Amino acid sequence: MGEANANILKKPNIQHTNPLAQTLLNKLDYDQLTNCMRCGFCLPACPTFRETGMEPESPRGRIALMKAVADGLMDPDQAFQDQMNHCLGCRACEPVCPADVKYGQLIEQARDAIEDHAQHSAPVKGLRKLMFKGVFPRRGSLKLLGGSLAFYQKSGLRKLARGTGIMRLFPEHLREMESILPDATSRGVIERLGTFYPAKGKPIARVALFRGCIMDVMFADTNVHTVQLLSEAGFEVVIPEAQVCCGALHAHSGEMEEARSLARLNVGAFKEAGVDYIASNAGGCGALLSEYDHLLHGDADEGMREDAKWFAHRVIDVSRLIVEHGRVPRFAEKHAADAETAVTYQDSCHLRNVMKSGSAPRELLRGIEGASFVEMKEADRCCGSAGIYNVTQPEMAGQLLEHKMEHAADTQARYLLTSNPGCLLQMKLGIEKHKPPFRMEAMHIVDYLYERLALSPENKPQEK
Amino acid sequence: MLNPEIKAKLRAIVGEKHFRDDPEALVAHSYDGTPMLQSLPDGVIYPSSAQEVSDIMKVLFEYKVPLVSRGSGSNLCGGTVPVEGGIVMVMHRMNRILEVDRDNLTATVQPGLITAEFIAHIEGMGLFYPPDPSSMRISTIGGNIAECSGGLRGLKYGTTKDYVIGLEAVLADGRIIRTGGKLMKDVAGYDLTKLLVGSEGTLAVITEATLKLIPPPKAKKTMLAMYRDLYGAARTVSRIIESKIIPATLEFMDNPTIRVVDDFAKLGLPLDMEAILLIEQDGEPESVERDVERIREICELESADRIEVAESREEAEKLLTARRSAFTALARLRPTTILEDATVPRSRIADMVLRINEIAKKYNVTIATFGHAGDGNLHPTATTDARDTEEIHRVEAAFAEIFEASIELGGTITGEHGVGVVKAPYLEWKVGEPGIEIMRGIKAAFDPHNLLNPGKVFAKESKKRVVLQHG
Repeated sequence: MGEANANILKKPNIQHTNPLAQTLLNKLDYDQLTNCMRCGFCLPACPTFRETGMEPESPRGRIALMKAVADGLMDPDQAFQDQMNHCLGCRACEPVCPADVKYGQLIEQARDAIEDHAQHSAPVKGLRKLMFKGVFPRRGSLKLLGGSLAFYQKSGLRKLARGTGIMRLFPEHLREMESILPDATSRGVIERLGTFYPAKGKPIARVALFRGCIMDVMFADTNVHTVQLLSEAGFEVVIPEAQVCCGALHAHSGEMEEARSLARLNVGAFKEAGVDYIASNAGGCGALLSEYDHLLHGDADEGMREDAKWFAHRVIDVSRLIVEHGRVPRFAEKHAADAETAVTYQDSCHLRNVMKSGSAPRELLRGIEGASFVEMKEADRCCGSAGIYNVTQPEMAGQLLEHKMEHAADTQARYLLTSNPGCLLQMKLGIEKHKPPFRMEAMHIVDYLYERLALSPENKPQEK
Repeated sequence: MLNPEIKAKLRAIVGEKHFRDDPEALVAHSYDGTPMLQSLPDGVIYPSSAQEVSDIMKVLFEYKVPLVSRGSGSNLCGGTVPVEGGIVMVMHRMNRILEVDRDNLTATVQPGLITAEFIAHIEGMGLFYPPDPSSMRISTIGGNIAECSGGLRGLKYGTTKDYVIGLEAVLADGRIIRTGGKLMKDVAGYDLTKLLVGSEGTLAVITEATLKLIPPPKAKKTMLAMYRDLYGAARTVSRIIESKIIPATLEFMDNPTIRVVDDFAKLGLPLDMEAILLIEQDGEPESVERDVERIREICELESADRIEVAESREEAEKLLTARRSAFTALARLRPTTILEDATVPRSRIADMVLRINEIAKKYNVTIATFGHAGDGNLHPTATTDARDTEEIHRVEAAFAEIFEASIELGGTITGEHGVGVVKAPYLEWKVGEPGIEIMRGIKAAFDPHNLLNPGKVFAKESKKRVVLQHG
């Protein structure tokens, strides 16, 4: 086999006059740009290409644009920057790429470079700083936010806001989002279960729960149910208190440095807990957690690089953990009297494409007594939620959601299940907006499964 | 650069949204699946009907602007790279199945239709369209017609040209012609249908095609035979044909290919084999059983190390996946993958594989070979790095010698990818000087101003044939 010649120029030796072009050349992994052989196999997998039929809206097109900028063939103009942000980051192109191009890394590198030069307006800058540096990474601020949200929702302020029409001052898609937000809480999973939860029966392994930031405020029940489900499946669960936000929203929005510092904190917190697995119940978080080794591969501290690998190799999706390593509990559909209850499943893109957990959730759902699993057409296609994409790119997100809900309605499913908070909110929004002609409810798969644990009442898990 | 007048006229035809000349659009239509080839067009246009294509051609003819029509841009010969600038015409909006005629067993489709979507639709109706290029999930029917794509079933069922029986196409000056029809017999003049198939967008823009369909085979069986000896595999191919069995598929992979495909598709293939044959037979159930049994005997006779017959459709699909992933899986070895399609009479397959191995060694380059052994169509594939100019020169020299060897063995420089830019310098080796002259005459009759896909098929200068020394 011919060895690569060490003398060849790995990156073009160009000094760009455009500062953004130079940053892109510096930050983009030129090997990956070269590895794309432009075969086009990614085109049918890409939601934005499918919607528009436009080559620049495809992974092959976006990589060609990145390379053209790095090579000095074009300027990174506004259209280029918009195009980079138009990508959902669903990474459906990666499993179908024969050449194994790390597209997800390239798009993050491109956004990181763009963010370095971004001229945000003062309010946007302020909001970004508040959210990325002030809220997500800080447990205290999040709890406070959760508390105020809960206050807003429960005190009647929400009613007042909706009643007075003040919400009408917000763009339509933000108004829609507000209406489907679940009740927030400042009582997260640790406040409710403590930092250790024993296994039912002989422990199979010691698992750490990654509780997430938004998850623990908006979906604290799901976190609690995850712990209890894992316990039922034979795992003892620890919840390291020092853990912070995963950094995914930062990484996808070009705040790479902030993402790295969060990653370091998490690696430290979980390393100390000394666990066999790190369980995630949110595809978007889990995917980044499973790539901490890559995120920190350039870390100056060799110990941190090693620990990041240790961490990344232990991250696993909760469904996959139960199916592949646990004692799968008995689940039974409660409505099942005469007819079986139809359930369907929307993949979380990152769960499927990055964490490779596409079959485990389906296997669990197929095993439920009294329920029938119906596969939804294009369940593996992005729903348009994609982190904060539905807020930043409402038009494309809306189109994707519309198609998604057509397919969902075709399944006639009573329950539309998913594995990621963003996807779940998007599904709720879809049901609210497109109103399927029968009763359909969107749920996190963990909550659904927990409620269908076939247990006698006295065996039900207890909260503190 | 296009003058504003031309742009205004083009926009008037297709609408503001469907003509673009912004940098993003130009860059994204400056390449296709061919390595190391990129050239910016001056504009990109997305027509929605034959009439629009005709109106566009009239404008381009008036101003003498070149045009490259394309589907998904997945070809491997540089066929859709706008090497002389001009307009790239993307056919994606014209992607409908216009009619499936069960009485005549034909389908009429628009060129932008994705091949796999067409095949799925037709098979859903209980009918069969055999051409199945490896890129069929992205390639378009129009692109398949332009390149006369082959695929895995070429040996028994032929290639795209055997299924195109009628065309609607727009000429360089904008006139619309119709050729052939729903006719199995038609000798009214020269066969323009067949002439346009494989003409690589250099003669006309195809806007509609009538395709022949056939009843699907009732049964199918897939098997793998693995060899420690390359020649055993090659002799197996010859013996199967000698025994008057024409398998639906008879595919070959050498050891480097086996290794990389297994790594990609995780199929658990044995990595110590020198060659694998993937054999598929279809037809009436009894005759399929009989043929597969006979083929198994031949494989044994030629000392196959392992023989596996797929017992289910899933198993068969898995075996097929191995071969279908070959090209793209090879791309994982090194950044750049150069795949050619030298084709020889199938009786010379073993000689050709040997020759390729010798040439790779001589130039110290890595070349893995797989392909359609049943029809003599091999894919010697070099894995290299475009940034290493010295190595690229050696790869190019090796391929020139492979083309030479192919012709010497009675073969051709390209079996199914087309000439495009990449093989234009070698075309004369195959067709000779009078052949080039006649082809140039045909080109001039269709396209006197050389506006349709200029720079393709005909090279400015033919390569000098190297005199080969074989020991």
